[in-house]
Parts: sequence; C-alpha cells; structure tokens
Amino acid sequence: MPRLSADRRHRVRFTLNGRAVEADAEPRMLLTDFLRHELGQTGTHVGCEHGVCGACTIEIDGMPARACLTLAVQADGATIRTVEGLAPRPGRLSVLQEAFRRHHALQCGFCTAGILMSLDTYLRSHAAPSETDLREFLGGHLCRCTGYTPILAAALDAAKLLREAPVHA
Amino acid sequence: MSELPTSWCGQSVERVEDAALLTGRGRFIDDLGVKPGTLHAAILRSPHAHAKILAIDTDAARQLPGVAAVLTADDIMAMSASLVVGVKAPIECWPIATGRVRYVGEPVAVVVAASRYVAEDALDLIAVDYEPLPAIVDPLAALDPAQPVLHDGLGGNIASERSFRYGEPERAFAESARRVSVTIHYPRNSCTPIETYGLVAEYDASEDAYDVLANFMGPFSLHAVMARALKVPGNRLRLRTPPDSGGSFGVKQGLFPYIVLMAVAARATGRPVKWIEDRLEHLAASVSATNRVTTLRAAVDADGRVRALDWDQVEDVGAHIRAPEPATLYRMHGNLNGAYDIQNMMVRNRVVLTNKAPTGLNRGFGGPQVYYALERLMQRIAIELDLDPVDVIRTNLIPSGAFPYRTATGATLDSGDYPLAFETALRDGGFAELRARQAQARAQGRLYGIGCTAAVEPSVSNMGYITTVLTPEERRKAGPKNGAQATATVALDPLGSVSVHVASVPQGQGHRTVLAQIVADALGLKPSDIRVITELDTARDAWSIASGNYSSRFAAAVGGAAHLAAGKIKAKLASIAAAQLNVAANAIEFVGGRARAQGNPDNSVAFSRLAATSHWSPSLVPEENHALRETVFWSPPELAPPTDEDGINSSLCHGFIFDFCGVEIDRVTGAVRIDKYVTMHDCGRILHPGMVAGQITGGFAHAVGAALYEEYAYGADGSFLTGTFADYLVPTAMEIPSPVILHIETPSPYTPLGAKGVGEGNCMSTPVCLANAVADALGVAAIDLPLTPAKLGIHIHPAEHAPAAQPAPAKTSKGRALHGSGQAQAAAAPADVWRMLLDPRTLEAIIPGCHGVEKISDTHFRADVTLGVGPVTGRYRADIKLSDLDAPRAVTLSGIVTGALGDAQGAGRITLSPADNGGTLLTYDYEAEIGGKVASIGGRLLGGAAKVVIGQFFAALARHSGGPASPGLLARLFGRRA
Ligand code: FES
Ligand code: FES
Repeated sequence: MPRLSADRRHRVRFTLNGRAVEADAEPRMLLTDFLRHELGQTGTHVGCEHGVCGACTIEIDGMPARACLTLAVQADGATIRTVEGLAPRPGRLSVLQEAFRRHHALQCGFCTAGILMSLDTYLRSHAAPSETDLREFLGGHLCRCTGYTPILAAALDAAKLLREAPVHA
Repeated sequence: MSELPTSWCGQSVERVEDAALLTGRGRFIDDLGVKPGTLHAAILRSPHAHAKILAIDTDAARQLPGVAAVLTADDIMAMSASLVVGVKAPIECWPIATGRVRYVGEPVAVVVAASRYVAEDALDLIAVDYEPLPAIVDPLAALDPAQPVLHDGLGGNIASERSFRYGEPERAFAESARRVSVTIHYPRNSCTPIETYGLVAEYDASEDAYDVLANFMGPFSLHAVMARALKVPGNRLRLRTPPDSGGSFGVKQGLFPYIVLMAVAARATGRPVKWIEDRLEHLAASVSATNRVTTLRAAVDADGRVRALDWDQVEDVGAHIRAPEPATLYRMHGNLNGAYDIQNMMVRNRVVLTNKAPTGLNRGFGGPQVYYALERLMQRIAIELDLDPVDVIRTNLIPSGAFPYRTATGATLDSGDYPLAFETALRDGGFAELRARQAQARAQGRLYGIGCTAAVEPSVSNMGYITTVLTPEERRKAGPKNGAQATATVALDPLGSVSVHVASVPQGQGHRTVLAQIVADALGLKPSDIRVITELDTARDAWSIASGNYSSRFAAAVGGAAHLAAGKIKAKLASIAAAQLNVAANAIEFVGGRARAQGNPDNSVAFSRLAATSHWSPSLVPEENHALRETVFWSPPELAPPTDEDGINSSLCHGFIFDFCGVEIDRVTGAVRIDKYVTMHDCGRILHPGMVAGQITGGFAHAVGAALYEEYAYGADGSFLTGTFADYLVPTAMEIPSPVILHIETPSPYTPLGAKGVGEGNCMSTPVCLANAVADALGVAAIDLPLTPAKLGIHIHPAEHAPAAQPAPAKTSKGRALHGSGQAQAAAAPADVWRMLLDPRTLEAIIPGCHGVEKISDTHFRADVTLGVGPVTGRYRADIKLSDLDAPRAVTLSGIVTGALGDAQGAGRITLSPADNGGTLLTYDYEAEIGGKVASIGGRLLGGAAKVVIGQFFAALARHSGGPASPGLLARLFGRRA
C-alpha cells in the first residue's frame, strides 16, 4: 500500500456491484461513509461503527467484511458488492430477498442489508446449512426487531430453493 | 370478474414496505440528501457523573478551520427556555448541562462544522474545567436527605411522592391468613434500536420558524414541549419524519431534547444543521428504561387467594425528570392487579433523581417493572403456602364472564377470557410434558426450573394517565387531560385511486401494509390499489398529541380511525353511485373494484370512475356528498381523566398473556439455557398474523436480552460501564430460541376493528417468567435481573476463597480500580533525580504524550497529555500535586486526569534510594480509579495501559537522569528528548 498523507484527499477506485467507481477520500474516512456519502449508495447501514452489530456488512473480494472497520483507502482496487447489487434487475428480487419478504424476516429493515450480504456469501459455500449452523453464522449480526426466528426460516427456505434451482441471485 | 376474498384483514399478505428495504432503497434519516451548506454537529459530553463546570475554553476549537460555531449552555439558554417538567417541582430541564453535569454523557458543548470529522476534531480542542462532586447512584440512597442533592431547587432527590388507597386494604391485611412480600431491584436497560437518533434542523429568521426533520417517534404531545422550549408558537415548529425509521421501541421519543438543541444550533449558525448520534452516545445518553426498587406485599388467604396488594415503588428517572416522565411509573396504574381479581390496593410511589442518564419510553414501558414484582410475588405465595404456582394463578385470575372488568385502581379491562386462555395454553403448550421433562432432568441431577407468568398487556394509552402523579387539586387547577386522539385521512385523486395518510410514524411495524388491507376491505379493492403514507409533517397533516407510535396503539386506534375514514368516503360514494345506478344508497355494495347494486351485479360502475366524480363533475353531486378526502379523528370515550378518587383508566385495551417456560442452568458455568418457551396471547382481533408473530418474537427477544444479558451498568461513582455493544450485550440468534406462540381471539368492544395492541406484552411477561424458572431451578427466593452466570454462580458454587498471597483490592467508589508497582534504575544520584522530579521542564520531557507542563506552585503542576488506551486515544488534562515530601528520599504524587474520554484519580508513592553504583533505585506503587467513557471501554485494557504509561514515565526518568540503558554521560548530554 502506498504511503498516504493524513491531511490530503486521495483518489480511491474500486469495482462496486460490477461497475468501476471512484471518488476522493481522506485517509481516515471510513468505507461506510465513503459508500454512503461520497458514492450515494445508502443501502449499507451504520449501526455501531465499532464492528459488533453487523449492519454495515458488505462483500469485499468475495468475503463478508465490516465496512465500518475498513478505511475507504483500503478498498482501493477491490471488488465490492453491497445490498444494491443483490437483486437480478430492478423490480425483481433475488431468491434470498424473496424469502425474506415471504417470511417477514425484516421489520424496520435497518439490519437487513448486512444480514443479506452475509447470508448471500454464506449460502454460496454452504448449500445445506442446518438451523444450528445458521444460528451460529448469524451470531455476527444484531437485529432488534424480529427476534431472529423469521430470519432463520427465510434463510433455510432460500437455501432449499437455491439447492433445487441453483441459479444464484 | 374473480371474486376477491371477503376480507384482507386476517391474512398475512406480503408487506409493501419490503421491496425497497431489501434492495437498499430505504429512506432513513441519514439516507436523505441535505441542502448545500448544511453543517454537521458533534457533541462534547460529560465524563463525570456529577461535577461543577468551572470553565469551558472553546477558543482553540473555534479556530479550527471548518468550524462554524461552538455552543455552550450560555448560547443555548439565550435562545431557548427550559423543557417543561411533568411534576410540580422547582426544577428545570435543559438539553445541555448548565453549570453542572449530572450524568456521564450529558451534553456540555456542541460543535457545528463543515463535516462530522472536523466537528469531532474540534471536540478534542475544547478544555473543560470540572470540579467533581460526589455522585448518587443507588435509588434508595437518593431517598436520604443527607445525600448530595442534584437539583438545589428540590432540597433533596425526591421529585414526586404520592400515596393511594383503593378498597379496604388495611382490613384485608388484618383479616387475611398470610402475608407474603418480595423486594425487587429492576435494572436499567434499553431496546437500543439499530438505527440511532438523527435529525436535520433549520431556522428561518425571516419568519422566526423552525423546520426539523427527525426520526422522532412521538408522542407528539412533545411537540408542544419543544415549541415552548424554542419560544415559538406551535405553527412555527414544523416537525417532519423520514419515511423509514430503523426501529424505536419507545427509545426514539428521547430524541426531543436534541431537536431543541440542534434547532438552536441552526439558528445560531444561520445554516441547516445535521446530527446523527453515534452508538457510544446512544448507549450512554439517549434514554433508558427506569430502574425501580419495589416492595410488594400481599394479604393472602390460606388457599392462595390474594385479598390485597401493597405497592411501594421507588422509581429512578436519572438526572433529570424529562417529559413524559414519570410516565413509566404511572402507565400501569390502572391495572396494578395484573390479571387477577384483587380489589384492595395501597400504593406508595416515589420518583427519585440520581446521577444516571434520564429515562423515557422503552418497550413495555412500566410493565416489566410491575410484572417482575407481581409475578415474583405469585411464585413466592405458592412456595410459602406450599401450593402449586399454577394453582395460585388459577385461583386468582379474573373469572370468565367478568368483562368489562373494573379494576380497583380505575381501569376497565375491555374483554377477554383469562381462564380459557390459561387452560388452553397449559394443554396446547404441553405443560404436563414439561413437568415430566423437569422431573427427568432433576432425577439426573440437573438444574432445571419451570416458570409461569400471567399478565395483562395494556395498549392505547390514555394521555391523561400521567396526571395521576398530580393531586386532585393540582389536576383541577391544570385542567383535565385525557383521550388518545388517533387520526386517518382517506383521499381520492382525479383518477379515482385511493391514498391513505395517518400520523402513526412506524419504525418497521408494517403500518402501510395493514392500512392498505383495512381500506381495501372497506372499499372492495385490493391492498395494492391503495397507497399509504405514514410519515408525518406537522405543518400539513392531521395530527394531535397522541400521534406517533407507542403504547401499541396502531392496530387498535390508528387502524380503527382508517377504517372509519374509509367508511365515510364509502358512504358518500354510495350515494353518488345510487344516483348513477338508480338504486338506494344502502343497496350499493363495493366488491372487486366496482360499486354495484346488491342482487344485480351487472348494474355497476367502476370504482375509479365513481371515485373521480367529485373531482371532474362536482355539480352532479350534492355538496354534502362530495367524496374527495375524509379525515377522521377518533378518541375513545372510555379514556376519561383521573377521578377525584385517583381512579384512572390508563389504557383502552387490555390483552391477556400467559407464559410458561423450562430452563436449565449449567452447573459449571451458571449459564441459563431456555429449553422451552410457550407464550399464549389474546390480543383481540388479529389483522395480520405474520406481523403479530413478528411482534411477539421481536418482543420476546428483547425480553430475553433484558432477563439474561442486558444492563446499563454504572459504577458506584456514576461512571458508565456499558458504553459499547461489546459491553452492553444484545442477544444474537445464538441466544434467542423460537418460542411456541398460541392465540385465542376475544375482540375488543372499544375499538372499531376489535384489535388490541400486541407488541409489548412479552417485554412484560417474559423477564419474570424466566426469573421464576431460574428461581425454581436454584431454589432461591430473591433474584434480580440480568440473570448473568456471575450472579447465578454464587448459588451453584460454594463461596470462592480470596487468593491468600494477595491483599484484597482496596474498596473503591470508582468504576475501575487499578494498582501496581515497579522499579527503575537511574544513573544519577538521588539528589539529582529529586530535582528532576520537581522540575516542570524535566517532567514535560518525560511524561509520555506530554504537550506542556504548567507550574502552579512548587508542589502543584498542570499538564496536557495525549494518551492511548487500546483503540481509544484522547487528550487529557492532568492536575498533579506533590505531598509528604521527604527530600530526597520519598514523595507522594496525587492527581486527577480528565478528558473527553474519561477521568482518573490516583496517587503514587515514589521512593528514591541510593544504589551501589552511585545511582538511584526508584521504587513506586500507585493506586488509581478510572471513570467515564474510558472505564466503559474495555476495562481489561486499562490495567495494562496504566502499567505501560507509568512504566514509560519511570523509564524516561531513568534515561533522562542517565539510566542503565544508555551510558550516563551521553544521556545527560543528548537525552533531553529521550
Ligand atoms: S456498523 Fe459496522 S458493525 Fe455495526
Ligand atoms: S429488522 Fe429492524 S433491526 Fe432487524
């Protein structure tokens, strides 16, 4: 990584949901702020800014990551997916998103983006998770509205549908 | 045409809200753009629980490029007035500390700057001189007039005291066979929505008017409080809410002081000001539920029948009695009998102030505190009278057929069949099997307990219940307060489509979906035909003081109002259709998107065409039948003000809950595992089963958190110990099992749709149900929340012996205590080292992170230092005094270190002894107490950090005087900045 000076803004470029994006950021700017306020992608939410709640979870180079614990400049050159990139096209939802709607797995929807991003990566590598697996995996997310029960139901249902018709999205 | 289902209500239709939320297109407060030129605010908060503010130096902060203003109490007070207080006491309540801080996290200064990053930089440059005062944390200690007083005007810390008497309690106590009592300490906690507070405030000087967009949830009675504080009439405070809000559970009521604060900041700077609270601020200083100490006594017959209750409640509202408090204490006043037929009651209510964050609405609101005492008592009655706890509940339940039931304290329980719900739950929930499971587990030596709870869940609060805190005379003077105005507007546009607007301000409860179902049912349309707006704009929309989303009022009150408004439009449309179809208006029915003549479906007109008539051809319609827009305000007549005898119908609807559960406690770790949880609800008519289930599982999760993990913990000095989500433990999917949910439905006769509230019940029933199970497992009588392994371990393991070799740590009043000792070698002789220790320039060079030392006297220094503890680096001011000087052999250093992130107070003794090589051996030991934010962040790190910093100091001193690490002479020549 190049040496950056603290009092200057630096050009940050990465691929976001399949498109090249760029903007300037001070070295200390968090990736959450960069996504939301510099790039206008407000689907990624901020719940704690200290890495516990999981609301800000996005996918960086194929791995779920906390955007609030990442500096924008660290994302330079990366491939990033956020909740805005989950649906196959406008007006349609992904299998996972559909399952969330069917099972009422969201109420206020503030935690949802992070949970969807985590589950999206997880289900790609774990086709047949048990409820216990999912509980353990979702242990990295806080949801204050649902009590988790409908989220687990949605995730199990989505995993099943994806097994039966394994088109991801 | 396909016939549509007869009713959309009652079906779990997909939510209209979800597609946007699932694709990242929600519109939460921080997602909405702001005007160019909008400034960003950050708040400097008190590190002390109680201190005098001697001086605030904001010069350096003001000079930072990008800073537009730094506001302190003087600026805020010049442009606003105190928030009105709900009790008759000579105290004020400002949104910023005025002269004195009274809790950790209280705002002290506001920086407004070009970005949040710059604003936070500027916070570090503000220097505040505090004089710490003794803090009061324990609510019972607050009763003692000899303790430090928070608000001088009060002369003590009791803000309100009232006693009540209903029926003939003295006689019942005198005549009954037994008396049973419990004393409980209900802790502080909060439902911590994942989205924090946020707002954008603007001021228009030309019209002296404020415009604030905020994720405030109501009640909009607080609009009056805010407008008064801003010294404008209500029509000059326009308050708007964003379309989406990330959860509230009552908590976003507590945003209102910040609305005032930031509105003033906008006025002071002449620019819009945006503030988004961060999580650390939220945990320390947003709002919490009240903690309460309750002693509850019962007069009981030998068969377990309760004849009378005697409540003594001490409610801790924190440092200020902020509106609408002391509402938490009075919300349940009408049904202090719970689900039981108890007609004799005594109540003594005291509200105390302590050095903790102010309290406010929080899911369950008063219910958890009341039911914890009442249902612990019911279990104790069973145990002390050697009865089955289930039988004690059964004996006391309000009988079937007794509804509407008038409680001793004045509530009317609208409907229900408690014995039916109770017996159904025992049967369908498998209570007998659970008992067998327990017997089996116990036979294997496992710690397995069963708990039961019956509760009545009130909903649709009477806006007048809070005035029960006043005496009848005071109420007469103030004028009666009551009711629960709900409002809904149904409008038709020129294409004949239907819009609905309500002032319900949801935070994820799917109001738009349910309202579409309700109005679609009334007008024979599909929910997708209806567009619903639920955000509020006080300048344009129909609203009243009860508007907002609290006390589970939506389904019962707001849904009902929408139903009535749709009915009004429908009646007008029917008379227009009657003229067109040549039949009587009462023979028109609305089905499948058409209005048609009953019995002759071919004689019909399309709904949209009919609905457009009054726009395009008003002259064809008599004026009184113009169907354009109907607004209904609905307030149930049952919600009357308190009577002269202090009877109060505090809520309109009362649902019933019966819960039971089995828990197992790990013999080694003391952890509680919920084996089975059954919850039976009668919430009247169910409008959307999926959402009702979601309210129950969601409330249940909050309750499990409150029961087992969550507490806003304070040190004895008032330092706040749970300042992050790593300390305040919100449960995850790992900890929350899926409860078994059962229902019966007895519609409320008092609401248009028969619905009652359902969202808060488990927050009332579940914590005590789990506690009863844990008490049963361990066989203990007194048990308080949260039921942490550390707390339960005492009952499982024999007392642990203190390690023999080490002296017990000194008792401390502070949040975290540290102590340590060490040694260092200096090459210089003791006399030289002694001189260095007393020389400010030397100290400046050797104190780690020091920016400068100021000498006040020979034995008194001040220093500015930057210190890092784990992830948290901050600037601190150190005030150091030397005492017990024994030149050149020993000296005691004592000091106070304060900064935005916390404070420390400590003392250390340094001994200098001559070493063999002509140098000096320095020996030191210290004790310190840490408070404030630093204490709340990773207490574990502190000990290590202190050791390192103090070690660095002595190493630097050694080096400075030519320590063994470097040759003495060279060090003396070059080692100045060692
Ligand atoms: S905002 Fe990143 S984990 Fe909470
Ligand atoms: S849906 Fe509101 S926090 Fe999860």
